[in-house]
Amino acid sequence: MAELTYRDAVARGIAQEMARDPDVVFLGEDVAKAGGVFKATVGLLEQFGPIRVRDTPISEQAILGAAMGAAMTGLKPIAEIMFSDFFAVCFDYIANEFGKSRYMTNGQVKCPLVVRTGNGAGSRFGAQHSQSVENWCMMIPGLKVVAPSTPRDVIGLLAAAVRDPDPVIFFEHKSLYPTKGEVPDGEIVDSLGSARIVRPGRDATILALALMVPRAIAAADRLNAEHGIDCEVVDVRSLVPLDTQTILGSVARTHRLFTVEENPRLCGWGAEIVSIVADEAFYDLDGPPVRITTPHIPLPAADILEDLALPNAERIVERVRRSLAS
Amino acid sequence: MNKPTTAAETRPGINDDIGEALRLRLYGIQFELREAEQRAFDLFLQNLVKGTSHLSLGQEAVAAGFAAAMRPGDLSFCTYRGHAHTLARGVPVEQVLGELMQRDNGLMRGKGGSMHLTSVDHGVMGSYAIIGAHLPIACGAAWRAQYKGQKDVSVCFFGDGTTNIGAFHEALNFAAVWKLPVVFVCENNLYMEYTPIGDVTAVAHPAADRAAAYGLERIMIDGNDADVVYRAAARAYEKARAGQGPSLIECLTYRHSGHSRADPAKYRPEGELEKWKERDPIKIYRQRLVQFGIAEDAIIKIEADVKRRVDEATEKCKVAPMPPPDILTTDVYANGGFAWRN
Repeated sequence: MAELTYRDAVARGIAQEMARDPDVVFLGEDVAKAGGVFKATVGLLEQFGPIRVRDTPISEQAILGAAMGAAMTGLKPIAEIMFSDFFAVCFDYIANEFGKSRYMTNGQVKCPLVVRTGNGAGSRFGAQHSQSVENWCMMIPGLKVVAPSTPRDVIGLLAAAVRDPDPVIFFEHKSLYPTKGEVPDGEIVDSLGSARIVRPGRDATILALALMVPRAIAAADRLNAEHGIDCEVVDVRSLVPLDTQTILGSVARTHRLFTVEENPRLCGWGAEIVSIVADEAFYDLDGPPVRITTPHIPLPAADILEDLALPNAERIVERVRRSLAS
Repeated sequence: MNKPTTAAETRPGINDDIGEALRLRLYGIQFELREAEQRAFDLFLQNLVKGTSHLSLGQEAVAAGFAAAMRPGDLSFCTYRGHAHTLARGVPVEQVLGELMQRDNGLMRGKGGSMHLTSVDHGVMGSYAIIGAHLPIACGAAWRAQYKGQKDVSVCFFGDGTTNIGAFHEALNFAAVWKLPVVFVCENNLYMEYTPIGDVTAVAHPAADRAAAYGLERIMIDGNDADVVYRAAARAYEKARAGQGPSLIECLTYRHSGHSRADPAKYRPEGELEKWKERDPIKIYRQRLVQFGIAEDAIIKIEADVKRRVDEATEKCKVAPMPPPDILTTDVYANGGFAWRN
């Protein structure tokens, strides 16, 4: 067991899979010699050499297209798109190619690749380098979508993603890179499609993803200490496949549902989950489900404004307290 | 080199580098593409081909020449105008027409349609309906060959209109920097869709004039002469297999029909189609076979054989069942299904 940063966990996760399987290759902008703009891939070039760890031009379509062609013909590429906002310039591959090739070809074409990307706010980068765009990918048939919140999950879910036969979009949260967590020694392999109850509780279920997980835990601690409200926090971890059993099970016990989403409100992932719960667990609920989200705005750069935009522990505490009191 | 290479300059003779057997094969492929696509058009008029279709009538020499020069294991990446390239790799006519007719005997059982013909077993790694998307994908397949030390070449076909989209330029640069074994084939048929390519392109030759920007040789050939195409293809494949990197080849050709089935091509200047029909690739290739002293009987036999196969395929497709409802949700994910939740 060792303490590792989320950032170092990325490099360890990639290294674990590259050491295991010679078909795993890694490409992206500034990922090799520079070790990544977030320093999340430091050391990989030295360990695996320039044939397997490759710097690319600023050509996001070429990066994702090349990853797909390699995946179709026998490699297991990991491609990095530096900021998830840049998905918009290579969205053809995400929306039209990766997830449709198997279906359109009646199962002839496979696409086992992983796209890693820096997602989310907190760096004061403004509206084009701060977005949470996991919901852009969640809506596309054929893709799998995961977003780890801890260093251990980074390694385990990345390993699961690399070993998965389907295209996986892997959202790393930029504001989590410096955070630390306990990580076991040796190989770590998790499974896609499992949520985790990170804090058991009786009175309400709070669903969160990525950066929102530590904020939900902090809120739950305060709700318990200051208001005597015992919340269960569920780290959703994987949007596709979605672990609805864990979510529905939690709601069946607590009878209240809150989602904490960094994505802007319209069509955020929480809306889909609330819809599932309304369909399938309506009579388990003692009150209306509540979505706590970033407003439907482009993100501002100024720290004071960005902090106002994102859900934080205080807002979560307030919404849960108010909702349970009514 | 500003003028395209022509057959005359390469001095063909029946016992030259191509030879009689290969010429008969090149003719047979071209004739099959023509017959199969004419049939597709006829079936469309009978409302038996559904959806859209984009024919390569008039462009057969490009598909035949590049396919004939390939080895088994080489990979083709096509556009939505991909029937000819698919057939040229040896995919049976029945499976192609079946897909166009959206029947259960189609290449993809009706799940892909005319614009997405794919036969991995034949090295046809897909037909892509988003302009430019498959150029980077072909780079990736070529990267795999380079990485694994395999000798196959990835060959990527596209139209003149593709040269104005970003993915074209990203892929050309990427392939050149990584020295990938990929061959980019631009079929310049003079029209992007409905608009003349010259009206919307900064240079006269949309692919060849851009080659220098990526450190590549400027290659422009007569795309209506299968001999010329075959030789250009063989040279580019050899270069790729030798680890010498990508090629970009502009083939001058012309489509005899409109952009898609919805397009009567009324925008063409009067006489243009007729002028190009004088240079119909199948007509000029047949004349060459005769010039070389190949017996008329041998040519007629090839033609009769193709016609018989296209007729048989048509009849099979007409009576083939529609796709069963249970395949609607199969093969979304690798486990065969479409489940996104537990």
